[in-house]
Amino acid sequence: MELYKLNISEARELLDRKELKASDLLDSIYKRIDDIEDKVKAFVTLTKEKAYQMAEVSQRIIDTGKSFPLSGIPMAIKDNMCTKGILTTCSSKILANFIPPYESTVTSRLGDKGYILLGKTNLDEFAMGSSTENSGFFTTKNPWDLERIPGGSSGGSAAAVAAGECIAALGSDTGGSIRQPASLCGVVGLKPTYGRVSRYGLVAFASSLDQIGTITKNVKDSAILMNVISGNDPLDSTSAPLPVPDFTKVLGHEIKGIKIGIPKEYFIEGMDKEVELSVKDAIKKLESLGAVPVEISLPHTEYAVATYYVLATSEASSNLARYDGVKYGFRAEGKDLMDMYMNTRAQGFGVEVKRRIMLGTFTLSSGYYDAYYKKAQQVRTLIKRDFDEAFKTVDVIVTPTSPTAAFKIGEKTEDPLQMYLSDIFTISVNLAGVPGISIPCGFTSNNLPIGLQLIGKHFDEETILKVSYAYEQSTEWHKRRPGI
Amino acid sequence: MKISVEYIAKLARLAVSGEEGEIFGSQLNSILTYMEKLNELDTKDIEPTSHVLSLNNVMRDDVLKKSISGEDALINAPDHTDKFYRVPKIIE
Repeated sequence: MELYKLNISEARELLDRKELKASDLLDSIYKRIDDIEDKVKAFVTLTKEKAYQMAEVSQRIIDTGKSFPLSGIPMAIKDNMCTKGILTTCSSKILANFIPPYESTVTSRLGDKGYILLGKTNLDEFAMGSSTENSGFFTTKNPWDLERIPGGSSGGSAAAVAAGECIAALGSDTGGSIRQPASLCGVVGLKPTYGRVSRYGLVAFASSLDQIGTITKNVKDSAILMNVISGNDPLDSTSAPLPVPDFTKVLGHEIKGIKIGIPKEYFIEGMDKEVELSVKDAIKKLESLGAVPVEISLPHTEYAVATYYVLATSEASSNLARYDGVKYGFRAEGKDLMDMYMNTRAQGFGVEVKRRIMLGTFTLSSGYYDAYYKKAQQVRTLIKRDFDEAFKTVDVIVTPTSPTAAFKIGEKTEDPLQMYLSDIFTISVNLAGVPGISIPCGFTSNNLPIGLQLIGKHFDEETILKVSYAYEQSTEWHKRRPGI
Repeated sequence: MKISVEYIAKLARLAVSGEEGEIFGSQLNSILTYMEKLNELDTKDIEPTSHVLSLNNVMRDDVLKKSISGEDALINAPDHTDKFYRVPKIIE
């Protein structure tokens, strides 16, 4: 087997048994990148030189016989997480030359446990989008069909994992940006509970919704990474001061008697028939493993997209005010300071980012704040209550991750609202702050992956990981890889 | 609701051309119309949620810690002197 096809636990075993050298694994992955990256375009920056240095350090630690969980494991990081001394662009022209003088907490924790940074992956500019088509640089292709989008905004990370251009990756998820691309690329994507993972060094989009998580080849790898990146961080006051369990411990536990809620609002008109059938089959499979399906209602689901786009754009307009051409990033000329601001932002931001900044500026502007922003915050309360209510009777909620499989490049770029609606099943999870995971649950007749979303209670990633693992082990979907 | 692109663009510090402004105007208006769906709900006595977790002030002892150097803070600046960011003239 080609080495780049290994997952984290397989690579760990071979490295620790001295049957594999960290540099050989790295060779195989960079060879793979050389072979297919022209087609997939998952990476904004490759950090090859640094990677080999990191591999050397990791190898020395492995040789002592006391390896860390990620010693020698090559990973890709979404390019909105700061890496000290390494270009961090957010796929935006405004940050095209930005070199962070500090390290994000997540990458620093990965570093402490021995990971190897392969490179930084493409995203929709500032994580605003569902396809990577809003990247300021280029569109990443879906490795299953190069004419289709990989999903977004963490499309580069998801495509890289699916195509074997890395062993695992990190993404970030504000309205579905980990789960939707994971679903569309046939890999596993976990958005942890808001507050579970530090956001320090994650370039802010919508601060009350943003969360860093994992994109991996299987469920166990997700648990392994969660053990490393989770936990309170003094540098992020919104990171929860809660103990972190060993997420791998629950894997393999039986799921007999687990109550899985099926929200009737998630099986809607216009949903792709093949997606619906695959998800219903997955529910039957879970039932055969002993889970008990319960029909539930999340009555405010139809308001989630509107609520999200008011809140996320409001927060974004505020967060992105910092890009003014003064302290970092791109600067355009102007006849005075105001003119310089206006030109810098006009030339530095892409169309979707501008659209969202304007929308958010409007909803926060004098006279409209109560009608839009406060109203959306109130509806957010109702959406959160729906989940609180549902979790009184069920342990996990099961839904499709996305209403369709990967769509064609260019199919939805003309109509922003249609693009927003592709996040319909993932957005509520961010509004409620609960954890959600997408795992492969089938393929369309065109051989495109379909994802199953499992949603858990606040800080109960263990249950969704346990149920996901049980499902994964009784199916073969996660073993399929694109033919590229 | 009709959004004034010119007014909003100025608030957002974005130079928007006439043609671009027209496209934004119609797109933003159709998105706002969609958002008005929220008015179907009566939220009179509903508390707004700004944050899903109960947030508390996080305090620490006031001890001196290392921060990044002035030099590092300036490495990304589009324009700077040896110690300061340089911007176009503000006061005539």
